[in-house]
Amino acid sequence: MDDIQILDAVERYIRGEMNPDERLHFENLRKSSPEVDQMVVEHTLFLQQINKFAEWKKFRDALHNTHINLSEQGKIDSAKLKGKAKVVYLWNRYKRVAAIAAVIAGVTTLIFTSLVNYLTPHTDSAKVQELSRDIPNIKHQQNVQVDEVNNLKNEVNNIKSKINLQSIPFKAGGTGFLIDGKGFLVTNAHIVHTSRNIAVTNSKGEQFRAVLVKEFPDKDIAILKIDDDKFKPLSSIPYGISKTESDVAEPIYTLGYPRNDIVYSEGYLSAKTGFNGDTLSCQLGIAANPGNSGGPVFNHEGEVIGILSTKETEAEGVAFAIQSKYIYSAINELKKSNYKDTAYQSLRIPVKSSVRNMDTKEQVKKIQDYVFFVKGD
Amino acid sequence: MKSENNEKTLLQGLARSDKKAVETIYRENYNMIQSLIINNNGSADDAKDIFQEAMIVLYEKTRSGTFELNCRIQTYIYSVCRRLWLKRLQQLNRYSPEVTDTVETVPVEEEIEDIERKNAEFEMMDKAIDSLGEPCRSLLEAYYLKKKSMIEIAADFGYTNADNAKTQKYKCLMRLKKIFFSQYKNGNQ
Repeated sequence: MDDIQILDAVERYIRGEMNPDERLHFENLRKSSPEVDQMVVEHTLFLQQINKFAEWKKFRDALHNTHINLSEQGKIDSAKLKGKAKVVYLWNRYKRVAAIAAVIAGVTTLIFTSLVNYLTPHTDSAKVQELSRDIPNIKHQQNVQVDEVNNLKNEVNNIKSKINLQSIPFKAGGTGFLIDGKGFLVTNAHIVHTSRNIAVTNSKGEQFRAVLVKEFPDKDIAILKIDDDKFKPLSSIPYGISKTESDVAEPIYTLGYPRNDIVYSEGYLSAKTGFNGDTLSCQLGIAANPGNSGGPVFNHEGEVIGILSTKETEAEGVAFAIQSKYIYSAINELKKSNYKDTAYQSLRIPVKSSVRNMDTKEQVKKIQDYVFFVKGD
Repeated sequence: MKSENNEKTLLQGLARSDKKAVETIYRENYNMIQSLIINNNGSADDAKDIFQEAMIVLYEKTRSGTFELNCRIQTYIYSVCRRLWLKRLQQLNRYSPEVTDTVETVPVEEEIEDIERKNAEFEMMDKAIDSLGEPCRSLLEAYYLKKKSMIEIAADFGYTNADNAKTQKYKCLMRLKKIFFSQYKNGNQ
């Protein structure tokens, strides 16, 4: 018997198609030949499976035909959707997607808004509201009494120089630090961006009037100048401004005014880029609070490596600082655009740190007089 | 009482894959499932797939002989479809907070696991037969699925006699069995 015949016999045996004589003969063959026996077992399993498969396939085909028949006869809702039904169907299908997209858009907007606003504390929101209510009245008066206002304007200008800083309701606050002993400060543009009056307070609590020299919104850097007779120029600045990028894991610390007293906090450089890979800034692992914005970030040599600017709202202890090399580019831009102004041309940024060999405690003692509380209205 | 008997007759019909019974169950339940799926992030095609799978679950159940339905056919089909669709949504990562439910359901976890295992086996067989190519596929289908005799097959396929058809069938069968047993073992160990 060749293989084909054996298989044929096996199939007939499994199906019970053999006559009794044949069957007896085959069963003897099974007993004497383990190979034939194995073949029977194997083929039985295979036939079982393929029979089940045959039924499954047949039933599926039957279902498929039933579906076509019933939908052709209109006894079930047709799968072919047209016109309004299609719109309803699409709406049903995608309404969740649309809702989710809308929610994401909303949340993203909120996150961005809060990222920008988060580090700008609103110290006196009640007064802010009052002010905004006053504006239409002033406008009205201006319209009606233009001449009178013009006269008043002159008077106001005269008075302005005498205004006591205490009477200005400052609503925005942050930190800034000197880059030139003559009274030039660096801070974040977002702190003083909308301010008409700016004041700075040193760690001893002395307050000075300051003016915005120039802001660089793309870098979130603002240059201020202390414009107050009380201010005495300082001879030299103890820290240097670093021109190079710092290394990841370098220990850093910052000084700032999250409250009215100067506050020290320390951490480390976590990444050379900022939020979402922003190359302008770098990422810090540090506990930053609203008010720390604009503060200098020092390495342990006493060099400024960045300006603390934002923090991640969704994670604690993650803050971002603008890399210090952008202070240089900001100053260069300032000098270029005001090349006639000798005050700006003589501006010298400190490169070397004179506190590099001191321990942190000593460094802070020297540095704190050069870090200011910046307030804007 | 009457409707209970009706349902029993329907299930007995389904076990025989009686055309009328299949049609009746299909007609009475499909629309409900289609609206369930469409209202929960699916398409009409999804509805057809899911509903037919539930029909297969019910069919397999009725054929097992020991099956007794303790609830209405409608409730059972709805429960299976609901569960299958939730699973499918998860696999597709399509977001659906929860299927909106106003209908009662019965637990169907075991059935669904069972049908998934069987489906996997059957799809494996389907693929194996497909991978053989022609004329093997048609030849084996004619013999093992359509249960035609070798003489009929020889005539249909144009072999000069049944023995030649048998030789060809044997070669094809060996190839299929080889694929089947390699995968069957892989799938079962």
